[in-house]
Amino acid sequence: MKLKRKDLLSIEELSVEEISFIIETARSFKRVNERDIKKVPTLRGKTVINLFYEPSTRTRTSFEIAAKRMSADAINISVSQSSVKKGETLKDTALNLEAMRPDCIVLRHASSGAPAMLAELLDCSVINAGDGMHEHPSQALLDMMTVLERFDSLEGLNITIVGDVSHSRVARSNIYGFNKLGANVTLCGPPTMIPHGIEEMGATVEYDLDRAIRGADVIMMLRIQLERDRVPLFPTAREYADRYGLNLKRLKGAKEGLLILHPGPINRGVEISPEVADGPYSLLIDQVTNGLAVRMALFYILIGGPSESEHEAEEPDSNGKERGTA
Amino acid sequence: MQQILDDKAIDRALTRISHEILERNKGTENLVLIGIPTRGEFLAARICAKIEEFENITLPTGTVDATLYRDDLNLKDEQPSLKETDIPISIAGKTLVLVDDVLYTGRTIRSALNALMDYGRPAAIQLAVLVDRGHRELPIKADYVGKNIPTAPNQGVGVRLSEIDDRDEVLLIIKEDS
Amino acid sequence: MKLKSLIRTEKREAPPDEEHGYKMKRLVVKGARVLDPATGLDAKLNIIAMGGRFASIRPPHEDDNYEGAEWDVVEAEGLLVVPGLIDIHTHLREPGFEYKEDIESGAKAAAAGGFTTILCMANTEPVNDSASVTRLITKRAAAVSPIKVLPIGALTKGLEGRALSEMGELKDAGCVAFSDDGMPVKDPAIMRRALEYSTSLNLPVISHAEEPALTGGGVMNEGVVSTRMGLKGIPNASEDVMVARDIALAELTGARLHIAHVSTRGAVDLIRAAKARGAKVTCEAAPHHLTLDHGAVVGYDTFAKMSPPLRAEEDIAALHAALKDGTIDAIATDHAPHSSIEKDVEFDAAANGIVGLETALGLTLGLVGDGIISLAQAVTLLTSGPARAMGINSGTLKIGASADMTIIDPDMEWVVEPEKFLSKSRNTPYGGRAMKGRAIRTIVGGETVYEMSAEG
Repeated sequence: MKLKRKDLLSIEELSVEEISFIIETARSFKRVNERDIKKVPTLRGKTVINLFYEPSTRTRTSFEIAAKRMSADAINISVSQSSVKKGETLKDTALNLEAMRPDCIVLRHASSGAPAMLAELLDCSVINAGDGMHEHPSQALLDMMTVLERFDSLEGLNITIVGDVSHSRVARSNIYGFNKLGANVTLCGPPTMIPHGIEEMGATVEYDLDRAIRGADVIMMLRIQLERDRVPLFPTAREYADRYGLNLKRLKGAKEGLLILHPGPINRGVEISPEVADGPYSLLIDQVTNGLAVRMALFYILIGGPSESEHEAEEPDSNGKERGTA
Repeated sequence: MQQILDDKAIDRALTRISHEILERNKGTENLVLIGIPTRGEFLAARICAKIEEFENITLPTGTVDATLYRDDLNLKDEQPSLKETDIPISIAGKTLVLVDDVLYTGRTIRSALNALMDYGRPAAIQLAVLVDRGHRELPIKADYVGKNIPTAPNQGVGVRLSEIDDRDEVLLIIKEDS
Repeated sequence: MKLKSLIRTEKREAPPDEEHGYKMKRLVVKGARVLDPATGLDAKLNIIAMGGRFASIRPPHEDDNYEGAEWDVVEAEGLLVVPGLIDIHTHLREPGFEYKEDIESGAKAAAAGGFTTILCMANTEPVNDSASVTRLITKRAAAVSPIKVLPIGALTKGLEGRALSEMGELKDAGCVAFSDDGMPVKDPAIMRRALEYSTSLNLPVISHAEEPALTGGGVMNEGVVSTRMGLKGIPNASEDVMVARDIALAELTGARLHIAHVSTRGAVDLIRAAKARGAKVTCEAAPHHLTLDHGAVVGYDTFAKMSPPLRAEEDIAALHAALKDGTIDAIATDHAPHSSIEKDVEFDAAANGIVGLETALGLTLGLVGDGIISLAQAVTLLTSGPARAMGINSGTLKIGASADMTIIDPDMEWVVEPEKFLSKSRNTPYGGRAMKGRAIRTIVGGETVYEMSAEG
């Protein structure tokens, strides 16, 4: 299997085979993370730059640990949006960083399409760690991996995504991913959070949470941003929790063996009650564990091979391990 | 293509290797068999079965995938798929017998050794191979060899095992344009 | 029969200068198909200009004699001659943003696009909200522009939408219309006052119809594409509610309202209905809104980012219908030059707008080629239509008027090469697009101000 791409920018662009290959590879890395010595020398001498234009602890840490576990040098650069206004452009920043010859830049940016722009500009690999409201591919991969640990296949599975789909890159990546792997995706939230034409991405919309829960195998709760727009998307947190919050009472109507995902960080008591977040169906901790493995897999697949400059260097020496015909 | 070993010869070689392992280690105590996927894994299982036959003891048997420790990833266009590493018990203080099908440059064994070290500190590691075809690039030597097959630069060795191939045999292959 | 009545030759004495033995410069454009929909003219004719003005438009005759040093003869057999094109919506960026465009480069780009008259918007730095800025523009234009540049004055001071600009003084200095283009006038009471006040000056008010609260940080059309791309959308309603508001205010005040760059089906429906009621409302559409939909944004192409945004197919269809039935009075470029500083950035951060002067005619003729409008309609939309909307006395081949005309090779096939633009900026989504039909000579006041060179 070969991932014929320099960058990981979206789930939309991935084939089913590529998604499966990444998840399969991530499973191997998960075992590495369970060892006493959790480090492998695979990316020795490689450099990964985590370029984060939005505050993020979880994702940045996950990418950083992933790089370090693979023996790459990981450098974190956090840029506050306010300093960008007067500072240098993303393009100039990226060109400057590339001059230091990193192998991969992991970019988190508030503008949709920023990673695509860098990918076109730079020779090094670019991983989208979340761009605006567009995509967050590593999150969707870890979500799919997590569900695939509980089900043999996603074919025919019903997954319900609840919350502010409109502003959610996690939702978009997951709609693509779960669809590609054969699941049925239902979106649920107040109409203010369900964007125009989302059905055309391959999802059904259900405004009533109780109906959306019924028959679901997996429920993914999105984080609710309490202050987002100048004009709020819902009247009060209280009303939101009442109509769209997941609590034990609501889960009474749910299917046996229901799984609950949340990309985190969670607002306990708003979109998800503490009893549910800490309850037996909740896979929140598995998601974090798998996130690390997915990111290691991405590094392995994207930059484990030759750097651009080394590419033409020499014929690979099949050192006796080409099985069958050594 | 020329057949060097047929199924009977392979079986005899594995029988001999199994006896040598027992003889050298004075029994089965502390022994762990570790196969290198894919074919080393099957060979380890066959050795395990033979030892069980001789001694009535089932040795712990595992696998180690050394891909992440390889030194040639930079030279490969395509990332090799990762295989299972499954080591059933703690290897600290154990004598490991690493099993592979063909010993050639020694680089795979080197990476497997590094990988094993990250799982613990074994008392000793020994190496068993079905075929040693020479051309070592590292100071690595097998403790148990099924058959030495000195090869020319334009020759390769093919190992087929019935677990995944259609039969058991070892072939000498003349590479074209080499 | 009809043709005869339309072909006018001025029977008059020799011009005064000639009586003193000085031969006036004369121009003849020979043998072209002359198309002037405003007068119904469409025939193979010779056009003769003297002293920079149209002197005669008549069928070729065997007695014609154009020999002599005073004659400038343009052989135009097989070509199309139309009144000089008029673009009532450009941004020339001078003063203030000369790195994007200046009056000279913008005017030359316009001439290359076949335009003989352009109107330039007030959003310069400083804003054209005082007579001194207007005079600076007209003076500069007189010195460096080969074509006519008519300034549009700001409607409110600093385009801030708070206090009316000194519209009377701006008119005296040469402004031909008023607009805060680029910025909507948020406060309806200010818009009402501006419209009311403009009636005494009898100049049109051009509305950039957009409700900023509904645009709310949007960067492209709200719809399936924005949802997929995760870009904040601008709903059609953002334009529609403002068009509705401004029509109501125009009807309240009796003012002349011109809606700039309509982009939505809702807006054209509102304007069509207002016109039917007799409101003094006109409007324009930009070539890009007639030829590209929001799918052009895919790939985060900042050259497809504009305000109003590229809309959905249904909107384009509605605009086409409105071109056909005359609801849309003019095609206007909204020529908005930007450098890489504004465009080579994240999509959210990129400036709105594209250059349009050098592609507008080709795109409009493309609509003819696609059977959406007739050639006569296309010419109207680029000549008499905009002239009437702005109340400019041009856009038709009138004897005695300034001899402004555009010679078009309707069959010339060419490819848009932004690097060859005369504009300083290259921000166009049409790079590489194949076009058919192109201005090969632009004549202002009887003088050739642009002639296409051999290499295009």
